[in-house]
Amino acid sequence: MAGEFGNPEVVEEEVDILLIGGGMACCGAAYEVMRWAEGTDLKIRLVDKAAMDRSGAVAMGLSAINTYIGPDQDPADYTRMVSNDLMGITRDDLAYDVGRHVDESVHLFEEWGLPIWKTDENGERFDGSKGMTPLKDGGKPVRSGKWQIMINGESYKWIVAEAAKKALGTDNIQERIFIVKLVNDKNDSNRVAGAVGFSTREDKVFVYKAKAILLAAGGCVNIFRPRSVGEGTGRAWYPVWNAGSTYAMAAEAGAEMTLMENRFVPTRFKDGYGPVGAWFLLFKSKATNATGEVYMDRNKEMLDDYPPYGQAAVPASCLRNHLMLKEMKEGRGPIWMDTVSALAALRETLTPREVKHLEAEAWEDFLDMCIGQCGIWVGENIEPEKKNSELMPTEPYLLGSHSGCCGIWVSGPTDVGAPTDEAYSEGIPEHLPKGWNWGYRAMTTVTGLWTAGDGVGASGHKFSSGSHAEGRMAAKAMVKYCLDHKDLKPELDTSVEDLVAEIYQPVRNYMEHKDYSTAIDINPHYITPKMLQFRLQKIMDEYVAGVATYYTTNAHMMEVAGEKIDMLKEDAQKMRAKDLHELLRAWENYHRIITAEAHLKHIEFRQESRYPGFYYRMDKNFVDEENWKCFVNSVYDKETQKWTCFKRAHVDLVDKSKLFK
Amino acid sequence: MPTFVRTEKCDGCKGQDKTACMYICPHDLMKLDKDGSETGHAMKAYNQEPEQCWECYSCVKICPQQAIEARHYADIVPLGGSVQPLRGSDSIMWTIKFRNGTLKRFKFPIRTTPEGSIDPYGGKPEADLAKIEEPGFFNQENGYRTGDPSELIKV
Repeated sequence: MAGEFGNPEVVEEEVDILLIGGGMACCGAAYEVMRWAEGTDLKIRLVDKAAMDRSGAVAMGLSAINTYIGPDQDPADYTRMVSNDLMGITRDDLAYDVGRHVDESVHLFEEWGLPIWKTDENGERFDGSKGMTPLKDGGKPVRSGKWQIMINGESYKWIVAEAAKKALGTDNIQERIFIVKLVNDKNDSNRVAGAVGFSTREDKVFVYKAKAILLAAGGCVNIFRPRSVGEGTGRAWYPVWNAGSTYAMAAEAGAEMTLMENRFVPTRFKDGYGPVGAWFLLFKSKATNATGEVYMDRNKEMLDDYPPYGQAAVPASCLRNHLMLKEMKEGRGPIWMDTVSALAALRETLTPREVKHLEAEAWEDFLDMCIGQCGIWVGENIEPEKKNSELMPTEPYLLGSHSGCCGIWVSGPTDVGAPTDEAYSEGIPEHLPKGWNWGYRAMTTVTGLWTAGDGVGASGHKFSSGSHAEGRMAAKAMVKYCLDHKDLKPELDTSVEDLVAEIYQPVRNYMEHKDYSTAIDINPHYITPKMLQFRLQKIMDEYVAGVATYYTTNAHMMEVAGEKIDMLKEDAQKMRAKDLHELLRAWENYHRIITAEAHLKHIEFRQESRYPGFYYRMDKNFVDEENWKCFVNSVYDKETQKWTCFKRAHVDLVDKSKLFK
Repeated sequence: MPTFVRTEKCDGCKGQDKTACMYICPHDLMKLDKDGSETGHAMKAYNQEPEQCWECYSCVKICPQQAIEARHYADIVPLGGSVQPLRGSDSIMWTIKFRNGTLKRFKFPIRTTPEGSIDPYGGKPEADLAKIEEPGFFNQENGYRTGDPSELIKV
């Protein structure tokens, strides 16, 4: 029976393990889970709102793998770097666990066909197609930084997806299905029992029951008004399709969130948002103010305002922004990436063959992962050896895998010394676990719900490879959970009829009211997803420290924002969907609102400015180590639609003082 | 730059139910106008929401007719440049034309194995269920970094 628009066919399925998302984390989970599940009869399913070959943050490709530990560094070194870059508040247990596992995934990528640059015994570098010794056998990668290695990564995601799809089998994969809501268990409100979503290709709603669910659907883009508001809206730095679905669905299911006040404001090539990592680290380029002064030198003493995070060899990312913003605010912009001097200097030291490749390398850096930046270069006649390019801090992004650490609170490893009890007791809801591990690795505080990649909070700098490894860790634990709970029968706490009605509400809003006015987009009975997104972006930009206020806010501004978001949430019930494509946008924007609200509530709760350069509470414009070197966590009550924020104690599991010696 | 479809080159993937660009777009932007009611061009694909285009070029690279190109974001970029790939099985060729006419060509490797050749578990051990709660994955690829135990100050 085929459904029709407004009256979808309902497909009900029951599986043991449901993987939501098709990016690096779920591809890792898919690869690992099938091996552990061999011979167990576990039924496993992956659902992706796009096509796995090009879904998630790596869809376009990448020019580097940003996390590769290598045989000469210790996972503890990596853990220290993650901590300092995120202003001291991260979970050492989670970062350490990523650090010891991540290279396993990188070695598989190379085996599967990902070209990884190498250096020979003379230090000369070669692209990844030259058949040199693989990393696993001691091959030397080209380091563009302490943790990064260069790749020819146009097909990175295509390759990783091929392995995942083959491991899972096509019968266990459903593409173009957007999961919009988790469903709790009828017999235990703190357990997940299933998930619901719809096809973006045909009129079908899917209702899944599952024992174990991995929710790994990326970070959150476009909750703040972007700097480009015309066609350029799509040129977000992080993928425009990351809609906060991971955070919103987990929060609504009751999962404890962590550090949702954290955000990432990357400094990137202006407008195209092309990557700067290779320019700084590989090509040794400097960033300057309008008159050629290097702001990291000029404003160096500002780093001492934030001990110890400003005093490491590599100061925290937000503080580098902090020093640049001073130049912009005091009228010494534009900020330039001095590509001309950098390439000229390199030409003096490289062999003729390397010089020949240098130009290609510079272009490949963009062509592999940010083609739009090349579009700007060709449109503005910029050849980097002849003309410098502008830099600009972007609109804020929420994510947990790159240089950010918001996300979901998950159970960590048990063998690295993590606390098993809680030093703070005040304000923590009683049903939540104490300590940093409460059973299955990477499980959230909701029984049966796991996350990985951008979903895992308090552990940034995983990037593509670390997200893949995290998915694999979660997969193992999910198999173990299913084997331990063979007799568990998940039961949905909401009727299928009600779930379908809720999912298709925007369609009903449209069908019922579309003939009230003659203009399809102007109607007092509904709001288009696009206008709702504009409203959210305007609120967040103007009141919650977007680019409009140079990333500043205060308690009064946030109070206003809260009132406006309350009304926006009410109006979200009136979103319209004139077709399945708009139904996709409607639910994406609903997820954005919940994520944005979490961000607001956390910044309000934290009585300091922990990330100068990313946001400033001008009424609390300091870092307060004594009272606020702690996690800010929260839970959301979907019935009352209110957030409860509370503190959890921070503990060091590796010695951070080594960073400053 | 949003991508656009060249009218004369697109063949709607020969009347199949979905086109290659619809299959691949991560943001559900490409749409086949079956009867021409939306674009005036029946059985041709188009970008239905150009201001949401990330310029990831997934559609450009996959189009079997090479019918898809990009016109860089009109609210940012001066007209006249173009960045066009030709993606093969082991490498990608880029033709880059500047507004002032300067032309550059680059070729980069994209993969070292034939497409479709990955044997995910070939030559790998089976998982040992007795070790499911220990650190590490089902197989070891010489990449597990045990770490110096003295670094863990609470153990």
